[in-house]
Amino acid sequence: MRIHLTVNGLEREADVWEGSSLLTALREDLGLPGSKNACEQGECGSCSVLLDDQLLCSCLVLAAAAEGHRIRTVEDLGKDERLHPVQRAFVDAGAVQCGFCTPGFIVASYALLRDNPEPSEAEIREALSGNLCRCTGYGKIIEAVRRASREMYR
Amino acid sequence: MEIERPRSLDGALAALAAHPGADLLAGGTDLMVEINFGRKRPEHLIVVQPLAELRDLDRNGAVRVGAGVTYTRLLAEGGGSFAAVREMARTVGSPQIRNAGTVGGNLGTSSPAGDALPVLAAFDATVVLRSRRGERRIPFADYMTGPKRNARAPDEIVVAAEWRDPGPAQTFLKVGTRNAMVIAVASLCLVVERARKSVRVALGSCGPTILRAGEAERFAEELIDESGWDEPLDVSEAAAARFGELVAAAARPIDDVRGSARYRRHVLGVMARRALERVGSVVA
Repeated sequence: MRIHLTVNGLEREADVWEGSSLLTALREDLGLPGSKNACEQGECGSCSVLLDDQLLCSCLVLAAAAEGHRIRTVEDLGKDERLHPVQRAFVDAGAVQCGFCTPGFIVASYALLRDNPEPSEAEIREALSGNLCRCTGYGKIIEAVRRASREMYR
Repeated sequence: MEIERPRSLDGALAALAAHPGADLLAGGTDLMVEINFGRKRPEHLIVVQPLAELRDLDRNGAVRVGAGVTYTRLLAEGGGSFAAVREMARTVGSPQIRNAGTVGGNLGTSSPAGDALPVLAAFDATVVLRSRRGERRIPFADYMTGPKRNARAPDEIVVAAEWRDPGPAQTFLKVGTRNAMVIAVASLCLVVERARKSVRVALGSCGPTILRAGEAERFAEELIDESGWDEPLDVSEAAAARFGELVAAAARPIDDVRGSARYRRHVLGVMARRALERVGSVVA
């Protein structure tokens, strides 16, 4: 079926299978592979996007049901030449190892700091509890969120 | 697969009347997983998630929570007579899941591990169902009939859950392998409705449906009869232990991938004691 999506401020069209998830539409049909596909059951957070500013797992959103909503993916947060402060902080803190989970963490951290500029460690851990990282042990990710908070709001 | 995206509840009911038994898509946290893994290929799928008519949340007098209310919205509510609701909502999945998952979805799926269900059972909630034939209101105890089975007819949509405000003496506890992103190994909701001299305990993930622990409820009511319904309850160790035993005895648990029946009974006893101690001191 033909669907019309508003992604990162642009009107896009795609031909998708009726049961296709938003994640599949983004990656396979719209050339936006930043959102990662790992568990397809909402457990890992690597496909996190913002839909009408709400943090969601795009694997659990039916692509056809995303029509009429504003979708923002990790691709919209920063550019190679001008990283978002959250992305910069992840690089500076060494919070990226294999990098697979990173886009999801970036989007979830962005959503956290938007709503809570100076989160406590407990608040950071709770806000990122839907994102799994199998490399870092999370310590440097939490440090990166703290750095981003200082950078964005001091 | 045919996707219907009605703009109103009436439109959704018409679509469902035309295709009884069609799958309803709310937050997607259950159904999308089934579709992603190829375990389900609905012929007809009706998207009900954006319907404004399902999003009401009213706490003036009787409480009404629309089927489309997410766990994030429940968390944003004040505590008091919503304390257990908030505690429950906070244990659901992760921020991403709480932004998507809805009370109506929990009712539709009717998993014994559905986090909202022990709360609805302990609150004596009514499930409101709508079809083109009209509205039906069913007590939760009659609504859920087995694991993933309920009294919803193929042409009905769950539109809301309603309950009478039971006052602030209430709590919800859940045990899993970690704090976040976990399906309950066992859960429990305890309500002491002082105004009606009623104690209600409901157990999740411990039987084919949500179970009420009737003997434990009567035991606690007798305890409070003695100490006074307007007074804080000072729970003795012996009384707390007995309450825990009675709650554990009401369970009908099985061994499965998440835990053994024996562990479930043990942990229910622990949760019941803690819940009674926590709630006993709360006086409106």
